[in-house]
Amino acid sequence: MSTDVQMSPTATHADETPLIEVKDLHVWFELKKWGFSHVGWVRAVDNVNFKLHHGEAIAIVGESGCGKSSLMKTLLLLNRPHKGKVFFEGKDISDLKGKELKWYRSQVGYVQQDPYGALPPFMPVHRILNEPLVINGVKNKKEREERIRQAMEEVALTPVEDFLNKYPHMLSGGQQQRVVIARAMILEPKLLVADEPVSMLDASVRVEILRLMRKLQEQHNLSVMYITHDLSTVRFFSERIFVMYAGKLVEQTHIEELLNNPLHPYTKALLTGTSVPDAANAKHLKHVPPGEPPSLVNPPAGCRFHPRCEHFIEGKCNVDEPPHFEPVPGHIVNCWLYEAGRTSYPET
Amino acid sequence: MNDNTLLKIEDLVLYFKTSMGNVQAVDHVNLELHKNRAVVILGESGCGKSSMAKAILRLLPRNVSQYHGRVIIDDLDVMSLSDEEFRQQVRWVKMSMVPQAAMNALNPVLRAGDQVAEPAMIHLGKDKEEALQLAREMFQRVGVPEDFLTRYPFELSGGMRQRVAIAMALITNPQLIVLDEPTSALDLLTQANIMNVLKKIKWETGTSYILITHDIATSSELADEVAVMYAGQIVEVNDAESFFAEPLHPYSRRLMASVPRLYGDEEPDFIPGRPPSLLNPPTGCRFADRCKLRFDKCDQEPPTFIVDGHPVKCWLYEKDHEAVISAATASGDAS
Repeated sequence: MSTDVQMSPTATHADETPLIEVKDLHVWFELKKWGFSHVGWVRAVDNVNFKLHHGEAIAIVGESGCGKSSLMKTLLLLNRPHKGKVFFEGKDISDLKGKELKWYRSQVGYVQQDPYGALPPFMPVHRILNEPLVINGVKNKKEREERIRQAMEEVALTPVEDFLNKYPHMLSGGQQQRVVIARAMILEPKLLVADEPVSMLDASVRVEILRLMRKLQEQHNLSVMYITHDLSTVRFFSERIFVMYAGKLVEQTHIEELLNNPLHPYTKALLTGTSVPDAANAKHLKHVPPGEPPSLVNPPAGCRFHPRCEHFIEGKCNVDEPPHFEPVPGHIVNCWLYEAGRTSYPET
Repeated sequence: MNDNTLLKIEDLVLYFKTSMGNVQAVDHVNLELHKNRAVVILGESGCGKSSMAKAILRLLPRNVSQYHGRVIIDDLDVMSLSDEEFRQQVRWVKMSMVPQAAMNALNPVLRAGDQVAEPAMIHLGKDKEEALQLAREMFQRVGVPEDFLTRYPFELSGGMRQRVAIAMALITNPQLIVLDEPTSALDLLTQANIMNVLKKIKWETGTSYILITHDIATSSELADEVAVMYAGQIVEVNDAESFFAEPLHPYSRRLMASVPRLYGDEEPDFIPGRPPSLLNPPTGCRFADRCKLRFDKCDQEPPTFIVDGHPVKCWLYEKDHEAVISAATASGDAS
């Protein structure tokens, strides 16, 4: 693969203040018995660090329960960090309240997973798009109308007049998702957080929505956090990819590098588990790790993937937590396999 | 009907009555399935694929306005049976079903083992002890730990619940299992594990599957044959090898091209527009409005042409189909 500038975006953005910087982030939820006595913590996100620059798209890949949604909700300040900090353009946002919180929320757009669930069923499209503007103090009615029209045109809900007075149930899944995107974009945010934006849609329209989001990203120099479990949609969208397992980032790199040289055993399993349409698939069993992701209340000691891992090293993986290794420049992996300078996944 | 045929569906029709008119959910469908084979019914949401499963198993809601045709399983014409006869002789005995979102289809107040054992008690006449023993074997087969027999569904993960639902469909040893989107709500690795389980069962017990899904990539894990459904009709039936190499119907081609791939430079494409309403489907070809290869003839309903032994419902195949396929491929590349 070519070593272009995208390989290490951190290098090109070195001097610039990142849009989002996450430092030592822990998102833990308290478990209580009878509503008050503390019995433990759900460690949904554990010690996560990263930077997201202006105009950059990052994908976070992992299975349900791996903490990717908790991480995202923390960026939206729907959860507060248990420990650690989140910076937005250099400003600590972990404790924002009141007016400042409202301002921050206008800087971040959110595209939900299930468009029908995310849209109020009793509001027509016009009102859905009008509300964020009213709440955020766009007083001039003419300006609001103009911006609604513009947002709808951007997401190709045209002719606009046909859609303005429609209720969500009158739209197809793809159109509903466009309304959700228009709503997320109408305040001209700097960051767009998309939580599995296409997983509820039919295969035939998925690509349409992904292309639309990519177009918006390019036009507005948006930063995007794209959260998904489907690796095959990632490469049409983002440059960098983080793989998350049981609350930890286990691998971080450029998407093409990840596809061609997956290092973490979990990433390898995800790639093997992703099907491509091929009649030969039906003839053999897939090589997938047994078991299921661990409980986040009592995660396994050491590497959290070790109970399912085929390269498990007794006395190491189940004792010590693997640190960052960087076997290939710009490719970070948390796995003991790469302690001794190995640069690719061991053949089995 | 040759010896190897397990299921034959002829001219099956299922319409629903609604306040807006008749919904033509399953419209004159023909399909044949051999023993120990898996046929995938592929289509977008709202194309009638789940209705077809319900029509085969007679799990019908009350607002049915038309339901006729022939469904023959194992030389038994099930459409001539009364509901009670159907329940006794066919459902669970000859064919069973893993419903859509099976993880939510389990009874929340019954233990997993008891639920799985129930069909064996009702349809095989086992007593509770024997049925539970059988349930234990089924759990082993689908990869659920034995001590889950006494757990309630809410104590199980999504993947485990799906396995329990499969165990339940399997316990009466039916010749045919209808799987309605068995993995769509599950995580990637869980999906792959469930597909492995289904493959093993097929190889070990010789059962047949009808797999209903919208996910082409996952469907290829199980498919021997593929039937593509669009707006209530089957537009193409093909064997898996030919289908995944090169589908025939323009809709199948577009559907295949819309799948994002992990590797390669090919950018996936989408299908503009949406499927027609089944209340008043177009009189001609139902895909015509979204089809790039549309021509004059498409205003009339296409008959089913047989191309290399595979039925295709498209006017392009009326004459010299080889020329047409290459023309279609060329224009597909250009688009």
